[in-house]
Amino acid sequence: MKWARTAAIVFLLAVSAACVLANFIAPASYAYQFRDEPNASPSRQHLLGTDDLGRDRFSRLLYGTRVSLLLAPAAALLSSVLAAFIGGVAGFAGGWVERCVMAGTDLFLSLPWLFLLITVRALLPLNVSPMVSVLITFAMLGCLGWAGAARIICADARALSQSDFILLARASGASGFRLLWRHLVPNLKPVLYAQFWIAVPVFILTEANLGILGLGVAEPMPSWGSLLRELEGLSTISGQVWQLVPLILFILVVSSFHLVLTKEELPV
Amino acid sequence: MKKLFASFVLLTLIAFGPSNVLAQSGGELRFCLRSEPKTLNPLLAADDSSETIRYLTGGVLMRVNRLTQNLDPELATSWKITNGGKTITFQLRDGLRFSDGTPFSADDVAYTMQQLMDPALHSPTGDAFRSSEGKVETEVLPKNRVRITFPAPIAGLDRLFDQVAIMSAKSPQKEMAVLGPYYVGENKAGAYLILKRNPNYWEKDPAGRPLPYIESVRLDIQQNRDIEMLRLTRGEIHFINSLDAEYFDKVVAQDPSMAHDAGASLDSEEMWFNQVANSPLPAYKKAWFGSTNFRRAISEAINRDDIARIVFRGHARPAVGPVSPANKFWFNAKLQAHPFDQKSSLQRLAQDGFHLQDAVLRDRDGHAVEFSIITNAGNKYRERMATMIQQDLSGIGIKLNVVTLDFPSLIDRITHTFDYEACLLGLVNDELDPNAQMTLWLSSAENHQWNPSQKTPATAWEAEIDKLMRAQASTLDPKKRKEDFDKVQEIAWQQEPFIYLVNKNALSAVSPAVHNAHPVVLRPQVYWNIDQLSLSGEVARNR
Repeated sequence: MKWARTAAIVFLLAVSAACVLANFIAPASYAYQFRDEPNASPSRQHLLGTDDLGRDRFSRLLYGTRVSLLLAPAAALLSSVLAAFIGGVAGFAGGWVERCVMAGTDLFLSLPWLFLLITVRALLPLNVSPMVSVLITFAMLGCLGWAGAARIICADARALSQSDFILLARASGASGFRLLWRHLVPNLKPVLYAQFWIAVPVFILTEANLGILGLGVAEPMPSWGSLLRELEGLSTISGQVWQLVPLILFILVVSSFHLVLTKEELPV
Repeated sequence: MKKLFASFVLLTLIAFGPSNVLAQSGGELRFCLRSEPKTLNPLLAADDSSETIRYLTGGVLMRVNRLTQNLDPELATSWKITNGGKTITFQLRDGLRFSDGTPFSADDVAYTMQQLMDPALHSPTGDAFRSSEGKVETEVLPKNRVRITFPAPIAGLDRLFDQVAIMSAKSPQKEMAVLGPYYVGENKAGAYLILKRNPNYWEKDPAGRPLPYIESVRLDIQQNRDIEMLRLTRGEIHFINSLDAEYFDKVVAQDPSMAHDAGASLDSEEMWFNQVANSPLPAYKKAWFGSTNFRRAISEAINRDDIARIVFRGHARPAVGPVSPANKFWFNAKLQAHPFDQKSSLQRLAQDGFHLQDAVLRDRDGHAVEFSIITNAGNKYRERMATMIQQDLSGIGIKLNVVTLDFPSLIDRITHTFDYEACLLGLVNDELDPNAQMTLWLSSAENHQWNPSQKTPATAWEAEIDKLMRAQASTLDPKKRKEDFDKVQEIAWQQEPFIYLVNKNALSAVSPAVHNAHPVVLRPQVYWNIDQLSLSGEVARNR
């Protein structure tokens, strides 16, 4: 399956490049409404037609992919760092510290995510630009998404802290910080790496879910959530197959993220 | 006179036309309810589904004809309002019986009124009759007459009885004994209701045949609109009472003969600015939102035609004011929708010291004009409207931030914290009479959205509206009431506390198998003449 992994990496790089270069590739502004051409079919001017408000779908797809594809990994990085810190310290310390932290983590996991996101979103200030709203949305995802990964990392850190090489380092007089930084963290890298790559599509999906509820990225900024929202309702899909392009791209990107992980990196 | 004659002929044809002569009795009419009815007690009906059951089963003293918008006699053959609008006397139809055979008399009307006004029942229908403190007295008179006296005059009193389904005082079946065309035959909670033809229904067609023609009505509970549409196209249901623009166009594409656009409805979509004095907004923004010039400028910078054409796919019309043109009597025909004119908009803004600087609109003190508009998440039509307004306002240098909120959060902001700048919502309007809008226009009212619950009117024009609304509510002269409410509409048009955007059209889909269906703008759009509807012969035989 090495070829599939390579193909996935190439595909993700190609998509990322297209998004980064969206300013040069996109034929129109993602926000501009061509009001004489709402719901237009694909044409030379509008490669994927226009949406309900006459906005160029291809441009919106490029910018929306940029938003989701760049910010989802950023949110995943934030949640992975939080998970590494919380889970790593709990697993390494063990005893009552681990029990307290894990009890807090379990409580966090039991919270209804979606409702929590909706509530937090409602409490945010109203007068923020679409760009800030994007950053806030993904920052919220990053801040709320660490708990599951923290549990796994805690278990791994606990196992490592009882391993022979840690015992040897401890016996040779290594300090707690040195044990954590020089011996534990490097050995947690594979699981952190896996958690990061798993979190990326999860956050993309969560943003898409929020978008479908109308609570994701603010208009007129596109994201995969707002693009996929066009497909809600059976009646809106039929007859306009080009509307499915964001969905196909989304499936390919999420699948590629999973293919990027090697068999060893996948959680059991 | 010719027009009058033509109208008379048209109405006669609709009411007693060839479809009636050939009407096929029998069959089962099927359509969907979006939710389960919360109650079958007609006095407690408040949700759409319960109101549907009430309409189909309840016998009323008089009915607002949904086509002509006039009152038609039903259980009462005539009525008279006296005592300065406090008393109404009904002459009841003789020899009627409830669906279970119990005779109908003036005692039943008295019993219904007593139940309706019982404070312990909390009847939403009864609220409309509670104009002031005091007891409602009902007197049974000889010759099948009944007199009801209220503690204070109620303008438009007779029309309120359109919602009052008469219940039996003596029937052991209580509210299940009805005087309407159908009675509830079967109720499978969460799945369906079957209404059966009332054998004792009083009305007959001109040929003397008993009405209604259709034997039973099946109401399936179906929340999913896609499934409802599929069922319509498969012929499993006969109509969809109310469609949105997207589904309507789908119906047009599949079978144009099924699609009915009755024109502008009573419902409107509007936006307003927060003008609450103690809201947590900066003073300079309060000054913007309190300025008539600012509000008028925003209104003129919005292209309502584009909203109607693009968001509602042409199935809406630019709104003029608080009353839709669909409301034939109360609409002030002198008023026109505000035109899209960004040049005029900038001129108005200039009068208040606003100026363009590097394509950004700034106020007298140099603040860039930027505000947010909130609307309810999940309503794609409102989100699209907000996005179009965003582009329109960018044309005059204003930055608009669109924020979608879950409904409880939105309501909390507009009714409790007042932590918002502008809001975009819609008004669903069932009532023709302006009294129904009292809670919206009186400055002391909680629903006076831009600045609710004022102790004294904050502006002279709000004081004037208060005076006019109270004046129209305290007189029985329809001409005087119309004059007063016309002035209210003019003030609302000039001041624009609500910036009315569009009136959505009343859209429905009806199978060709249903005869004599004439969808109208008033609810219930399709089955308002349920007792006159019939199914084509084949459909009726197969059922």
